[in-house]
Amino acid sequence: MNLGRTRAVVLVGIEGALVDVEADSSMGLPTFLIVGLPDTACRQAADRIRAAAANSELRLPDRRFVVNLSPASLPKTGAALDLAIGVAVLVAARKLPGAVVADVVHIGELGLDGTVRPVPGVLPLVLAAARSGVRTVVVPAANVAEAQLVPGVQVYPAHTLGQLTALHEARAADRPPPEWSGPMPGAGPVLGVGRAVPEPTPTADLADVVGQDEARLALEVAAAGGHHVFLLGPPGAGKTMLAERLPSLLPPLSAAEALAVTSIQSILGALPPGVLVRRAPFVAPHHGASMAAVIGGGSGAVRPGLISQAHCGVLFLDEAPEFRPQVLQALRQPLESGTVVVARARASVRFPARFQLVMAANPCPCGKGHGKGRECSCSPRARREYPARLAGPLLDRVDVQLQVPAVSLAALGRGRGEASAVVAARVLAARAVQRERYAGAPWALNAALPGAVLRQGRWAPSAAVRVDLDRALERGTLTLRGYDRVLRLAQTLRDLAGGGPPTRDDIGQALTLRSPGTVAA
Amino acid sequence: MLPGMTKGGAPVDRRRQALGAYGERAAADYLHAQGLEILDRNWRRREGELDIVARDGDCLVVCEVKTRRSLAYGSPLESITWRKAARLRLLAGFWIQEHPDLTRATRSVRVDVVGVILPYGGGPQLSHLIGVLS
Repeated sequence: MNLGRTRAVVLVGIEGALVDVEADSSMGLPTFLIVGLPDTACRQAADRIRAAAANSELRLPDRRFVVNLSPASLPKTGAALDLAIGVAVLVAARKLPGAVVADVVHIGELGLDGTVRPVPGVLPLVLAAARSGVRTVVVPAANVAEAQLVPGVQVYPAHTLGQLTALHEARAADRPPPEWSGPMPGAGPVLGVGRAVPEPTPTADLADVVGQDEARLALEVAAAGGHHVFLLGPPGAGKTMLAERLPSLLPPLSAAEALAVTSIQSILGALPPGVLVRRAPFVAPHHGASMAAVIGGGSGAVRPGLISQAHCGVLFLDEAPEFRPQVLQALRQPLESGTVVVARARASVRFPARFQLVMAANPCPCGKGHGKGRECSCSPRARREYPARLAGPLLDRVDVQLQVPAVSLAALGRGRGEASAVVAARVLAARAVQRERYAGAPWALNAALPGAVLRQGRWAPSAAVRVDLDRALERGTLTLRGYDRVLRLAQTLRDLAGGGPPTRDDIGQALTLRSPGTVAA
Repeated sequence: MLPGMTKGGAPVDRRRQALGAYGERAAADYLHAQGLEILDRNWRRREGELDIVARDGDCLVVCEVKTRRSLAYGSPLESITWRKAARLRLLAGFWIQEHPDLTRATRSVRVDVVGVILPYGGGPQLSHLIGVLS
């Protein structure tokens, strides 16, 4: 039988789907046909494999090769299937033992000289293979460290096609795999399109922020309860500085979160080799960002957007009113569901996008409309409408809304504030309190607590405690939505102080985290 | 090779012709040894040339022979395109029209390709593709 089969994985969103690669060799004019919905890059594997095999002293016989990628309905994109197709064809051509490769997943791109080149997305691909019960994978040598992050899988490095053949022959004969004596690969996948995810510099510490005690508290509360934040203030007040320090307050990612975040960066080709991302990501797109860049998209393979890069981390929109209105409104669905569905003509893909939103805005387009606003050159209408661009459904979901005033000379004189590490410890404790309280519930943080549960649930504060809040509602200075938000923040404040139901003081403090006059809510 | 291309020419051309002729002879011997009955060789007309016409049982076989010195320019079989195979099939029709007596017993037609590699100072290596088009 002139049949070869092996396995591969293709990306669907950030998940991988197992693909069976079958190759048949038959009499006929020498052709190399790849069927099963390959895209152009995948179809061109035929030419790469023929050359790679010939240059690895594995010249393919002059026969007709038909390669099928099953399930045929799933679109196959990119060159990462090269290695699997090549191996299946070599088995069909009887240059490789078939039994030892049938259950092995092969990932990698082939060069014409037979070298196996790194590909993006190895971590999610290997993860998917492991979940489907595959025990052995072959990945490009440059991606080995990344693949080894997945537990329970035997990972073999592929340097060249020739070395891979020797490896499989050794496995078939139950010999130890031969040592690789050639040059070791350089750093992992480098794709021109892969934008490195900006990490906050390790020196970004909350202690650097001068004054702004209220904003510090707001950040601490936001970090502890997972609340979204809106900061309104003049240029130079330290809004950006504050936002950049939020990740330093967040607890390290859990194992599952770390795998998800690392997977996304792996797909984007922005991952240093073998690094599991442990810190919450911080993504700060420029306000010119397009819809596709923010929520994900692209022609052919759909790529995750910036909100998915910020999954389990912080998405910081500086100068938020300058963003395109459509882009801002597109954040609503992910804010609600934690995922984003990118639909294209050929496929619809779901990406994770559970991020903490931090928005910063100047009070007016010129930025000088604070205080008495004497130097402000904006028209009254512009001053009125500028922050209002954010109002509505988006700001409805932001619990902490704070005015950040310009720093006064008096604040400058006072010493440094608390360091990030001190605050992060309190945040960690508050999160533990929440985890214990919400064990078994579909939410884990106060920010996700539904309004009905806040007001009538098991953990709701008594009517006596809520008297200030009720009065504000009665007077109309607070909407019911605002009422819920204050309760949510009060709960987080209480959790930071050790847990239990919120007190009247907590509610009073929570009210200050919604400075009046920011934006009507 | 089309008629007209072969007239006169430099010694290089004549060497190539000799190589082609040698390859065709080797292929014919090989097919004969395989039990095929050779009916015609180098049959030409305006549309092209049939290198070998043979009979395999009740099947008429038109065979293209391609000879090369080495694999440096790829395998001889690689140079046969689908279009060329289709032209051979068309020529087979013309051949049948001209030889009704020889084809009365045949029931089908197929196109074969024989690739011959003749390295300097070595024997010919043949590879035979059966029925690339039928």
